[in-house]
Amino acid sequence: MELPKADARVIARKAQIVARLRAVLPADAVIDAPEETRAYECDALSAYRCPPLAVVLPRSIAEVAAALKVCHEERVPVVPRGAGTSLAGGSMPTEDAIVLGLARMSAVLETDYENRFIRVEAGRTNLSVTGAVEAEGFFYAPDPSSQLACAISGNIAMNSGGAHCLKYGVTTNNLLGVTLVTMAGEVVEIGGPWSDAGGLDLLALVCGSEGQLGVVTEAVLRILPKPEGARPVLIGFSSNEIAGACVADIIRAGILPVAIEFMDRPCIEATEAFCHAGYPDCEALLIVECEGAPAEIDEQLGLVRQIAMRHDPVEFREARDGDEAARIWLGRKSAFGAMGQINDYMCLDGTIPVSSLPQVLRRIGELSEEYGLKVANVFHAGDGNMHPLILYNANEPGQQELCEALGAEILKLCVEMGGCLTGEHGVGIEKRDLMGVQFTAADLEAQMRVKDVFDPAWLLNPVKVFPLAASATRRAG
Amino acid sequence: MKIETEEQLAEAIRTAEGPVRIVGGGTRPVGQAAGTPLQVAISGIRLYEPGALTLVAGAGTPLAEIEAAVAAEGQRLPFEPAHWVAALGQGGESTIGGVVAANVSGPRRVQAGACRDSLIGVRFVDGRGEILKNGGRVMKNVTGYDLTKLMAGSWGTLGVLSEVAFKLLPAATSQATLVIDLPSDAAQPALAAALGSPFDVSGAGWLPGVGAIVRIEGLADSVAYRADRLVSLLAPFGAVRIEREGSAQLWADLRDLAPFAGKPGDLWRFSVKPSEAPALVARLGGKVMLDWGGGLIWALLPEGTDARAMAAPYTGHATCLRGAAPAFEPEPAPVAALSRALRAQFDPRGILNPGRMG
Ligand SMILES: Cc1cc2nc3c(=O)[nH]c(=O)nc-3n(C[C@H](O)[C@H](O)[C@H](O)COP(=O)(O)OP(=O)(O)OC[C@H]3O[C@@H](n4cnc5c(N)ncnc54)[C@H](O)[C@@H]3O)c2cc1C
Repeated sequence: MELPKADARVIARKAQIVARLRAVLPADAVIDAPEETRAYECDALSAYRCPPLAVVLPRSIAEVAAALKVCHEERVPVVPRGAGTSLAGGSMPTEDAIVLGLARMSAVLETDYENRFIRVEAGRTNLSVTGAVEAEGFFYAPDPSSQLACAISGNIAMNSGGAHCLKYGVTTNNLLGVTLVTMAGEVVEIGGPWSDAGGLDLLALVCGSEGQLGVVTEAVLRILPKPEGARPVLIGFSSNEIAGACVADIIRAGILPVAIEFMDRPCIEATEAFCHAGYPDCEALLIVECEGAPAEIDEQLGLVRQIAMRHDPVEFREARDGDEAARIWLGRKSAFGAMGQINDYMCLDGTIPVSSLPQVLRRIGELSEEYGLKVANVFHAGDGNMHPLILYNANEPGQQELCEALGAEILKLCVEMGGCLTGEHGVGIEKRDLMGVQFTAADLEAQMRVKDVFDPAWLLNPVKVFPLAASATRRAG
Repeated sequence: MKIETEEQLAEAIRTAEGPVRIVGGGTRPVGQAAGTPLQVAISGIRLYEPGALTLVAGAGTPLAEIEAAVAAEGQRLPFEPAHWVAALGQGGESTIGGVVAANVSGPRRVQAGACRDSLIGVRFVDGRGEILKNGGRVMKNVTGYDLTKLMAGSWGTLGVLSEVAFKLLPAATSQATLVIDLPSDAAQPALAAALGSPFDVSGAGWLPGVGAIVRIEGLADSVAYRADRLVSLLAPFGAVRIEREGSAQLWADLRDLAPFAGKPGDLWRFSVKPSEAPALVARLGGKVMLDWGGGLIWALLPEGTDARAMAAPYTGHATCLRGAAPAFEPEPAPVAALSRALRAQFDPRGILNPGRMG
């Protein structure tokens, strides 16, 4: 993957830029010693790393605005950062960029149960938002698997999803408002604890803009009352096709589970070896979870059972208690960790129409053979959001490139089938150069014009999302 | 001019010599708009995959056609779009593109989100006459900026929709409504209690002559169970009655503003922090309806009323659907500046529904 050339003129002025930042921020909010900035060199796309010019860690909106004003005047690129768990290189810096980290802004500012929202500083971690309202019986719905670590600011920038978004939607469907500081240092309030925009829906633009439109410092999030309970079943099948057909039938039957997760044989075997969840020996399995009171869950899972039985499952496993439920989820939740134990892996997240699931899985199998790299599939089947994990060995010369080439083939396949390059991880640097597969030049131009409005000098996370050639003239400006 | 294909649409915009006024079914004439009428009649369902819960249709497709097609498969548009024909006293037939342009959402918004939340893809022609697409036909998509949701509620001021794609939901097989005889300014706390419960409420409003209403939908046993639980939960607010047969009609009445049909006066819509509803209702007086747990207040007021001044202070925004007042809430300066700059990018000549959103 091509990494853009840093601006030598900016790097030459490092001392001056750092001094100006120190003049407007507390001493401990500016870090420029190489050993201290190391932690900010990459995100979870760890094959790529780059030391930043410096890192600023503000504690307030005023400090964010002050830092941005300096960078704006000095024409220094800024890469906003939450927790650095992006899988797309979204928070990876360039050598000429300042990383602006939100880690010190994590306070809960307001909880309102009557109106069902919470206002937080955007550096707060996803799971601790739920943590703040749990005692009152509420939760924050979007639940990326990284929820223990990832920040709300990163969730907003990537419009992150999770296992339960089939029922509750993704970040954009649960976001009511943000406080945004523009590159010029202006503070803008967008939305709030009411429904819908009074004018243009700017909130929709900010959510999913990958840190390119402004720095999100606060967020108003919708919270929901926790359901009375939830319970999964595990269903094993003798082929991917049959499992795919079962997913479509469940959806058609009018049941709306909160989650339908899919794992194929390579993934089942790897997780089994890693965490011994006791999964059946089969080609594909589904975990279907339903919510409600015990009797309501029985009613829904009863229907799921009827449907599954029509597809001759290898096994239909119910959870009699919390322990058994946890065991059903154990393998799924450890899948990424298991893969990491046995191999380096690259995680894609292209989305496809659910109906083309069997066909896409078959084609991925063929591509995997052609490239000689194993691919394990684990994904949110209800909404077609695939997560093919390509296994490779980073220490073997040429494998990284081979893996990326296979990844590109798989993503092109997703687009060909009527899907998209990324369902929840974002474009970042990883899928930037594939954008032309999904969009025409005019489509991309229209999106870049939006950035022109918010950040005319193209200083915020400028080398992400858009193919470098497409954004070149704007970045040079 | 009547437009039947996307190419015609692009050509019409490219060659337009002055402002155009974009019309779908003409049933939601909100705001001022001058210009040559351009009727988008790009019609027909392009793709409907019940097994994937997704539908793609031309923007000029009648809403009724889409609702019938998905109902035939036991599915529905999650956001329960309202029909304003009767309330606004208009003729015509609502189109799906108009629904999107106005981001029209009904009672189920509290549970399933707004029109913009179900919208997963658009094709449109911008003010330069360029054909553009965003999003697609899959439920999860974060590839590039979300111009799809931006188009929802932009009232044709950024581009003219030619095609829209939605995610759908299974239609519930069973429903019930809990009715509590409460006055309009006392309903909101009961609605908040219901919405704050784990019983998956799919509607919470107040209807004149009926009272506070709370809807639950789903499988039959589950609806019965939750109705029971909600009866006890809501008992402190007043006597609770369970309505089954009449349930659907109550929500259709609220959604389509039936109590206001054929009545003169200015029609206002407030989207606010729900707990402000009782005070707002008291200040507005007269004919009101509540939806979204009190977060949406409909008011029918004497012609010429400055409802924003009358209702102030409130946290949110007001739209004047019928009346002489400015249709859209004035925005704070930084937001207004961004919106203006966005319009200038999408429609540099300022020809798309100029003045409609202020
Ligand atoms: C093991 C693992 C599992 C994962 N599972 C999921 C999953 O299930 N679903 C899912 O959707 N994702 C998942 N992810 C991806 C990742 O966790 C999400 O993208 C997450 O939202 C990133 O949050 P973060 O705080 O780490 O953001 P970062 O990595 O710090 O940044 C991500 C992007 O947000 C921007 N950004 C950060 N803060 C701000 C701000 N204040 N203002 C403006 N822009 C900002 C950055 O510039 C960058 O572009 C997973 C990642 C890992 C490592």
